[in-house]
Amino acid sequence: MNGFPPIADTAFAEAPWLLVVKSIVIFGVMFAILPLLTVLERKLLGRFQQRYGPNRVGPVGLLQPLADVGKLLGKEHFRPDGAVPFLFAIGPLLVVLSGILAIAIIPFGNVVDGVGLYGIDVSIGILYFFAVGSIAFYGLLLAGWSSGSKYSFLGAMRAAAQLISYEVAMGLSLLGVIFMAGSLSLVDIVEAQSGLWFIVPQIVGFLVFMLAGFAETNRTPFDLPEADAELVAGYQTEYGGMRFGSFLLAEYIEITVVSAIGAAMFLGGFLGPGPDWLGPLWMGIKTFVLILMFIWIRATIPRVRYDQLMSLGWKILLPIATLNALVTAVVVTLT
Amino acid sequence: MPDAVGLELIAKEINAAHEGAVRETGHEYGSATLVIAAGKNLEVLRWLEETPGQEYTFCSSVHGADYLPAEPRFAVHYELLNRDRVERIHVKALLGDPSAGTDDRWGEGPLPTLRSSVGIFPTAEFQEREIYDFFGIVFDGHPDLRRITMPEDYVGWPQRRDFPIGGEPVIFTNTERERAGWYE
Amino acid sequence: MLDPRTKLEESKIADQFAGRGLNPLIEDPDGAVVTPMVESETSTDEQVMTINMGPHHPATHGVLRLVVSLKGEYVLDLKPVMGYVHTGIEKSCEQKSFWKAIPFVERMDYLSYFFQMQAYCGCVERMIGMEIPKRAEYLRIIHMELNRIHSHLVWLGTTALDLGAMSMFWYCFNVRDRILDLFEMSAGQRMHTRYFQVGGVAEDIPVGFTEKVKAFCRETPERVDQYEALLDRNEIFLQRTRDVGIVSRERLLELGVTGPLLRAAGEPWDLRKVTDYLPYGDFDFSVPVGTVGDNYDRYRVRVAEIRESIKIIEQAVEGLPEGPHIADDRKYVLPPRDELGTSMESLIHHFKLVTEGFRVPPGELYNPVEGPRGETGCFIVADGSAKPARVHFRDSSFINLQSLKDMCVGGLVADLIVNLAMLDPILGGIDR
Repeated sequence: MNGFPPIADTAFAEAPWLLVVKSIVIFGVMFAILPLLTVLERKLLGRFQQRYGPNRVGPVGLLQPLADVGKLLGKEHFRPDGAVPFLFAIGPLLVVLSGILAIAIIPFGNVVDGVGLYGIDVSIGILYFFAVGSIAFYGLLLAGWSSGSKYSFLGAMRAAAQLISYEVAMGLSLLGVIFMAGSLSLVDIVEAQSGLWFIVPQIVGFLVFMLAGFAETNRTPFDLPEADAELVAGYQTEYGGMRFGSFLLAEYIEITVVSAIGAAMFLGGFLGPGPDWLGPLWMGIKTFVLILMFIWIRATIPRVRYDQLMSLGWKILLPIATLNALVTAVVVTLT
Repeated sequence: MPDAVGLELIAKEINAAHEGAVRETGHEYGSATLVIAAGKNLEVLRWLEETPGQEYTFCSSVHGADYLPAEPRFAVHYELLNRDRVERIHVKALLGDPSAGTDDRWGEGPLPTLRSSVGIFPTAEFQEREIYDFFGIVFDGHPDLRRITMPEDYVGWPQRRDFPIGGEPVIFTNTERERAGWYE
Repeated sequence: MLDPRTKLEESKIADQFAGRGLNPLIEDPDGAVVTPMVESETSTDEQVMTINMGPHHPATHGVLRLVVSLKGEYVLDLKPVMGYVHTGIEKSCEQKSFWKAIPFVERMDYLSYFFQMQAYCGCVERMIGMEIPKRAEYLRIIHMELNRIHSHLVWLGTTALDLGAMSMFWYCFNVRDRILDLFEMSAGQRMHTRYFQVGGVAEDIPVGFTEKVKAFCRETPERVDQYEALLDRNEIFLQRTRDVGIVSRERLLELGVTGPLLRAAGEPWDLRKVTDYLPYGDFDFSVPVGTVGDNYDRYRVRVAEIRESIKIIEQAVEGLPEGPHIADDRKYVLPPRDELGTSMESLIHHFKLVTEGFRVPPGELYNPVEGPRGETGCFIVADGSAKPARVHFRDSSFINLQSLKDMCVGGLVADLIVNLAMLDPILGGIDR
């Protein structure tokens, strides 16, 4: 683990049954953690706001998500008259799908005993993340447009505008890391940080990435597409039951994915003291810290306005990210 | 508020400018009242607002009242205020009921009419709508005279003293089929 | 059922209600369908979208409906539609004797009940020419200023929530709860206390109340500082509120706007200073005014008013005079409970007051007080009987709502919500 990072081992291939097992394990673990994340968020928000948060269902409210899901499943699948049935149903599906697809590339560890502790290690790594991430916005757009409601429509339009503004800045913010690591593979990028985490040389990139990440996940202070004060609930206004729950689920998946990508790209991912098989633990802790930041900011900061969001994206984040990428490119070339 | 002498002076000057505008003056409970002819309400309000030395430029409230057995029956009250001297003057325009004498419990007969003061005091817009809504007093020249608080298809003028109270049918789920026409 | 005095033919009633019903569309006799909905400005421009904000919208602070024309995210036109919580309180008051109408009037604007009680009781007291004891006046001031803080805290919390700063909501409601505890202690109820009576206050404050109020006054400014630290130094909050929703002072005066909205535009108009409905002259406090009249000034003015109110309460508790808490006039004020068993005269007075109520000489009067949202005025017409012939309230949020259009047109939808929140409308008061 010294000197030059190991080159992505394209010849390394796993048995198909192993891939299936890995998929099931990752999927199972993630979906066991996500509901707990909702409890965590509500508990933490409660603490931030001098109240208890959920504490009635199960020990310290841990079974609250089960009760919520049970309630949501029992609800009617309501659909407005003006909605387009097929698209209306497929909207939440796409959103969840894109989140789940993105989980595949999160590196929880390097290869241990012939098993890669990740879903897949694709050589285009981070591009894959952007590609599947963008699918989510198709979901939002379809959901908003097909609802046949004006609030949903406005929310969907905002979501689209937000995607365009922030996807670019986010991509550029990661360029610096990619230059320094010399690879797109997330595993390679993590390994490249064995000497120094990229958050130190790429602090600007990290900040831009996190800001854009808030916009990507529609979280406060950039939760305009679903701004409850103006647009009721934005694109999800007309949804009920588990379809509504899917949007909620997708939001938490996206938070986890963005936090995990951030942890992998900037915080050294699975690197940490101890043997290699402790990688998932370190990755988990780092991701968790970033998730806490999401929750903390939600409790503290008001929402920005639409035009302010746009000018922040185009006039501030984009130039900074571009400059950061340029400077990094020059420095990497010279050294 | 102007004292009794000042009020008489105001009344005299208004009457000099607009013949027969002020009918009466009143001074009770520390409040000065000008009772004016309904047809001259705008002239009086404008005079009170614009005349140097008076300048009651702030209209704090406009409200209606129904003095049923009395005649004229309705009144529209303007509470004017001079903020520099902190003086209030209470202008009361009396209005007869054009459908008096007929059995007009649902207010379907001709309505009393007054000229709208929105041109002088824009604040009166909602309040005149409210008076129209509750008393059925029509304000000529009001930009948007619709019911404001009651449903738009409501019949009757609920704040009138002879409005029958207590007869509103309440529809519950167990009685909705007996109330003809509501689910059609 | 119908009041038997109205003597209406049954058929007429049937016609009436058949035509009215709950059907939104009514048939004209000629067969034409009348659509009583608000006509929106129909524009040929297809870019213009008309949306109904409310009545069931999370940010309209009640059941207000705004018919908004939008071009993209910009507001072209706006029309408030109200009446969804109209309860006919003014009409109901006419059926109650003067002292039984007090619980009605305080239920209009459900965040400023003490002010409405003061407007109403003060009006009746002026009409019957009653002086109230000094202690009662001070107790009224203490409760009204606590109520003002309470109202402003609810405003601050909900406004911050509309801006997306959700934690403020709970912080504000936390302190608000302490105020409600104080109300519960003195009056027995947390909201709608019916604490003010014609002649004074219903009961004297219990032992330990002043200590609790003092403790509240000591601790609250620190909390307010924390709120300010959370909002005032937040760049997003500043950008959302500064230079947004400016209406000139002249226009506000034309529209009859009063209270913090007017003061934020730089007009130091406060009835507590200029009139003497209660002895506010005994206390040293200032009237905060803004300079620009944007939403930031409105926020600053209200937060400063919380501090000023605390100052008033501190002084009033400190200088609370001894003496009776209610006037000693048996024609208008219930005799003390313990006298009923021993004094025949008291029993008669009690019986007369409770059954018939007291009579008010014929006359009419408009009595304004400075509420948390501006001038709260009560207009009473008495016809010499024990029931008011007309009770009308000038509700400040009803009048202030007219300025919403001036604030919002040309701005963004997101600002519309902030403007509406800064207006602090209470729909219970608007619809009455």
